Amino acid sequence: MKIIIVGCGKVGETLAAVLSQEGNDITIIDKKEEVVDRLCREYDIMGYVGNGASYSVQLEADIERADLMIAVTGSDELNLLCCLTAKKAGNCHTIARVRNPEYNNELNFIQEELGLAMVINQELAAALEISRVLKFPSAIEIDTFAKGRVELLRFKIPRDSILDNLTLNEMHSKIKCNVLVCTAERDGRILIPKGDYILRAGDVISIIAASKDENLFFKKIGIHTNQVKNTMIVGGGEIAYYLARMLASAGIQVKILEKRLDRCEELCEMLPKATIIHGDGTNKQLLEEEGISSTESFVALTDFDEENVILSLYARKCGCRKIVTKINRFVFDEVIESLDMDTTIYPRDITAEYILQYVRAMKNSIGSNVETLHRIIDNQAETLEFIIRNNFQMKNIPLQDLPIKPGILVACINRNGHIILPRGKDELQEGDTVVVVTAKKGLNDINDILQTR
Amino acid sequence: MNYRMIIYVLGWILNFEALFLLPSAAAGLIFREREGLSILVTAAICLVLGLLAVRRKPQRAKLYAREGFISVALSWLVLSFFGALPFYFSGYIPSIIDAVFETASGFTTTGASILADVEALPKCLLFWRSFTHWIGGMGVLVFVIAILPLAGGSNMYLMKAESPGPSVKKLVPKVKRTAVTLYLMYLLITVVEFIFLVAGRMPVFDALCTSFGTAGTGGFGIRNDSIAGYSSYIQVVVTVFMILFGVNFNVYYLIYKKKWKDMLKCTEVIVYLTIIAVSILLISINIRGMYSSGATAVKDAAFQVGSIITTTGFSTANFDLWPAFSKTVLVLLMFVGACAGSTGGGIKVSRVVIIFKTVTKELDYIIHPNNVKKIKIEGKQLEHTVLRSTNVFIMAYIFIFVGSLLLISLDNFDLVTNFTAVAATLNNIGPGLGGVGPVSNFSAFSGFSKIVLTFDMLAGRLELFPVMILLSWKTWKK
Repeated sequence: MKIIIVGCGKVGETLAAVLSQEGNDITIIDKKEEVVDRLCREYDIMGYVGNGASYSVQLEADIERADLMIAVTGSDELNLLCCLTAKKAGNCHTIARVRNPEYNNELNFIQEELGLAMVINQELAAALEISRVLKFPSAIEIDTFAKGRVELLRFKIPRDSILDNLTLNEMHSKIKCNVLVCTAERDGRILIPKGDYILRAGDVISIIAASKDENLFFKKIGIHTNQVKNTMIVGGGEIAYYLARMLASAGIQVKILEKRLDRCEELCEMLPKATIIHGDGTNKQLLEEEGISSTESFVALTDFDEENVILSLYARKCGCRKIVTKINRFVFDEVIESLDMDTTIYPRDITAEYILQYVRAMKNSIGSNVETLHRIIDNQAETLEFIIRNNFQMKNIPLQDLPIKPGILVACINRNGHIILPRGKDELQEGDTVVVVTAKKGLNDINDILQTR
Repeated sequence: MNYRMIIYVLGWILNFEALFLLPSAAAGLIFREREGLSILVTAAICLVLGLLAVRRKPQRAKLYAREGFISVALSWLVLSFFGALPFYFSGYIPSIIDAVFETASGFTTTGASILADVEALPKCLLFWRSFTHWIGGMGVLVFVIAILPLAGGSNMYLMKAESPGPSVKKLVPKVKRTAVTLYLMYLLITVVEFIFLVAGRMPVFDALCTSFGTAGTGGFGIRNDSIAGYSSYIQVVVTVFMILFGVNFNVYYLIYKKKWKDMLKCTEVIVYLTIIAVSILLISINIRGMYSSGATAVKDAAFQVGSIITTTGFSTANFDLWPAFSKTVLVLLMFVGACAGSTGGGIKVSRVVIIFKTVTKELDYIIHPNNVKKIKIEGKQLEHTVLRSTNVFIMAYIFIFVGSLLLISLDNFDLVTNFTAVAATLNNIGPGLGGVGPVSNFSAFSGFSKIVLTFDMLAGRLELFPVMILLSWKTWKK
């Protein structure tokens, strides 16, 4: 695919690196000559120096043949202008990064009315990720589908869980909860379990469920979702604001430590439920005073990676149960992983990951009928979304009678916005969107899930 | 330094050399010549050594600038050495130094020969000699990049080291696709020339060899009188195609993309064509008296000018007998060379343009000391690094030139011979003046001088720096 990336900051570089490695034709545009030069040397890409929103620069970068334009410069307005120009000049898909919270409530409007394929707010995405971690500390990995209505959670079955030694069928009759087990990992192997699969303690399973049913399920199986009750955030930037809002709505008490008084006042206005403390979060005294040793979770969101790392290590020492550290710039993953840091969040990677998912899905949907494609569990399994059209051979037949290939699971049906976690009696109707989970690769069409006779 | 990766690259080079030798071996079979056997033996040697070297792919597959440059320089040495073996094995060139000189001259598209009687060679060896031009013209590593998924990362360094010009630009984002596109355009224009030549009743074998020689801007003829013995039509066709192959290939890509406007903005090509037109005019007037008809004078002037500026080195007239003014113009054209990004050698028109603008700018500084001025080419401001590397290139060029001149003067030939011998090899042209004129050859030089001139040919083809890095002791220091 031909992709033009405007703006080569942290996100732009990550995207260029990964996408060119995946075999796409990448052209970058940036105002800074040194940056363009360096990236062109390091990666197999082409670069132009100039203003990416300018029509003539875009023409030079061959916008007419491009499939996708990604605008990730530092300025929201420039990004949007890039996309608008690209749309008119080249008729390609466009992705813009828009991070100003003032536009945040208008993202949908911007996306729909300006015809953008995707609008991404880096801080919001990072906050979402952190809030998930705090809400489900036991989960290893969380993915969302069907426009956020369904989530896929991956977690390990604890030692004396009631799930131990149950078959999946027994589990459903015993727990009576609307969830579906999609994958199970045991001894490093991944399989798509059937009804007679016996769960064991130590298995890592992933379940798919509507967001509202998850908590119930975890309560019933006796795993505390371990949602934290309170949290302390150091650094009151945009991520902190979004995060505080999300946590507050989930009933988690939030305390924010922020250095600048004016920002404190702003936050105070915007977040009536949160406690805003004016003070230096790196002051040990202040942290003690505000009860770092009694707080359940700690989030380090200052502008300095070094500070965040030190703060988190200190919080760990004080006995915080869940710690999240934001890392902006560091690339020394090996070092960070070797520290006892719990969860680290890389806003750059999160943004890049969102965009990559879109690009991969777009690439996959060329020449196939896949709507979206996610790779899960370290790329070992895939979840694919299909739309049932009238060429599907087995419409309106109960799933239990369908000759579905082994190793494939119909995990979720979205019927006009209504989510169904299918059982044997459910059937696929025209117009449904279905999510299929499989450990096989190369499904191109919904008909591929059926056994060929 | 990543020695394993360098050996791996060299291994592939040998494998490809074996592949390149096959058409010549086939020629030996078709013409039923025993010498085809020596080509096959060489191919076998290359293949065995090559396969041994590429048995295992190194884990660290990334090539940095240093490894890239060294791989390229060593590749060309290896190519020249192994490519020389058929001449040596078959006994037609009994000295290995001579054989390597001849092959390096082929691969670097120089066209300087040590053979007095070319027509004595069997056809398969003649074919191999011309075919090295075609391979060397666009570059062996570009070919390798086009076919092989070599390193995991960027192969830009390999391409940069091998492609001529002050700044190498990709045509499309992927190095591999760029290489493929370049080779396809190259192949297409070669085929077109071949068709034109055959249409002019040139024998197929001659037409093939001449096309290879023109495409690579090489200049090995398969007859003792180069192109002079063929019809005027053929001479005109060769003139046109020599000039076409001296044009920056980016222009052909723009034509293919139908970007006419950008094409017309290409300063380098405009300057290149202007230089050619003016030189033809001046020389035609100067040599008019030696010819009975004006048309013949223009035709011969055009052929020689095209041949020298594109650094091909074919000839249709013994320009050693021309008046001093014409000879001087030709010698100057030797230094100018073809466009960057073409198959030609020399200093390159774009560098000449840059240097010219730098000098003008410096003059302006003397007149207006506080003048703020930037050098622009094609409406774009030139980066400082390009200016610097151009200046350094010229300096290095002069050093190598003077050094070589001094070294080969030990053979005690006259200054014109020595001067043009170095100019003809360092600029990848072929014939010079005096003792190395279009009707003579390089066989008179001593073995040592031939080694120096071989070095000059490689340095000229690879734009000095890769070869110089090879000689720098810092490169090999741990």
